[in-house]
Amino acid sequence: MYLDGFFLRRPISVCDWDSRGLTIIYKVVGKGTAAMRAMQPGQELDVLSGLGNGFDVTKCGQRTVVIGGGAGVPPMYGLAKRLLAAGKAPSAVLGFNTESEIFYEDQFRKLGIETVVTTVDGSYGQKGFVTDALPETYDYFCACGPLPMLKAVYNASSTSGLLSFEERMGCGFGACMGCSCKTKYGSKRICKDGPVLEKGEIIW
Amino acid sequence: MVDLRVNLAGIELDNPVIPASGTFGYGYEFAQLYDINCLGTFSFKGTTKEPRFGNPTPRIAECPAGMLNAVGLQNPGVDKVLSEELPKLKACFHKPVMANVSGFSVEEYAYTCAQLDKAEQVGWLEVNISCPNVHNGGMSFGVCAEAAAEVTKAVKAVTTKPVFMKLSPNVTDIAGIAKACQDAGADGISLINTLLGMRIDLKSRRPLLANGTGGFSGSAILPVALRMVYQVYEAVDIPVIGMGGVSSAEDVVEMMLAGATAVEVGAANLVDPFACKEIIDQLPQVMVKYGITNLKEIIGGAHHG
Repeated sequence: MYLDGFFLRRPISVCDWDSRGLTIIYKVVGKGTAAMRAMQPGQELDVLSGLGNGFDVTKCGQRTVVIGGGAGVPPMYGLAKRLLAAGKAPSAVLGFNTESEIFYEDQFRKLGIETVVTTVDGSYGQKGFVTDALPETYDYFCACGPLPMLKAVYNASSTSGLLSFEERMGCGFGACMGCSCKTKYGSKRICKDGPVLEKGEIIW
Repeated sequence: MVDLRVNLAGIELDNPVIPASGTFGYGYEFAQLYDINCLGTFSFKGTTKEPRFGNPTPRIAECPAGMLNAVGLQNPGVDKVLSEELPKLKACFHKPVMANVSGFSVEEYAYTCAQLDKAEQVGWLEVNISCPNVHNGGMSFGVCAEAAAEVTKAVKAVTTKPVFMKLSPNVTDIAGIAKACQDAGADGISLINTLLGMRIDLKSRRPLLANGTGGFSGSAILPVALRMVYQVYEAVDIPVIGMGGVSSAEDVVEMMLAGATAVEVGAANLVDPFACKEIIDQLPQVMVKYGITNLKEIIGGAHHG
């Protein structure tokens, strides 16, 4: 998303989409996202979208657990909806630091899927990390969240899965090679070949 | 009718707009967005003898009116560029392309240029002696007139294609280095590469880039680039490709008035992948606005009278 007064665009994940538009949920972490708060209803935005690969629903099992941490929660909502639409029976684990940071729990519950919320400080839901709340049985996982969470999920998970990564980006569409990472199958650009990588290809 | 054509060291360009190396990959990915044959040409990703992954991340840091990058010459190596990247480009780009080359020794520059010289698609060689992001990544050649001349001579010996030496702005006497390249046989000069810069994270109190320093590009550097193109135009008789902070048709005209025969557009492509197409589309009306009918007649215009 282009913002007046900033050189580069802001890379923001898509929470949900339909024929009328995109839903994005962002966390104010710096000057750019702070400036986004000034956006007004009806204002025209300059957005490049449809970037990157996204989660591949066809790779997901019948009982996929979607795992979101903090600002990594939004894309798991759109994914859960599409898993349901594909006739699968997903569940969700949503991790936050503390009760005041929780969002979108109701939306997940309204999908009718089993949803567990964890907080690191135990102020709401189950105390601990998302890895403390993985369901007893699942056949695939999809995760999005901060790097330490992804690494913990990678280590704690008993199945294959998909993990969505963050990196500082220049262009967002594969031109600048600013967000390259090494995988078992060669270097990949998080913005274009990712942000979703398969568990089996990740090199930490 | 306005005439946008320019002649770049013997090859005619439909217009002077050239996406700069490192902002346009090997071209074919942009061809999914628009017909890249509208470009004058483009300079492909800096290519080295061996494949390179580049620097650790973060490699990018935003700045007021610009950005830092420390990619570190990530590229698949010259063999794969010839066997995989150029064939993919051939399917979507039907003009001569500019081959951007980097190296770590005079021999390596010569080797890579000799390999790329064989490719029919390659119209010009743009030899980067100015990468600020890898240790000894060419910049040591670009900050010293003798070393710049040595690379120029070695490259000229292995190719019959026009050779443009891409210079670093991180020097005290840009004109002297450009002159040394001309005297060593260069067919043209490209400038400027990025300005060496740094940003520091207030929370961690460490440099934002994993590499520490990076190359500063974007609209903030346009005045520096214009000044250096102006100085080099006075010092040499060979064509100059101007670049640095160009993001509009007006900037292209300004760069040509400073002395550029053609103009590269870099960081602007990363903000808007359609930037070069839009600049080309805007050029005719900007020319009309400023009373220009033939673009090549304004080259170096700021020096006259």
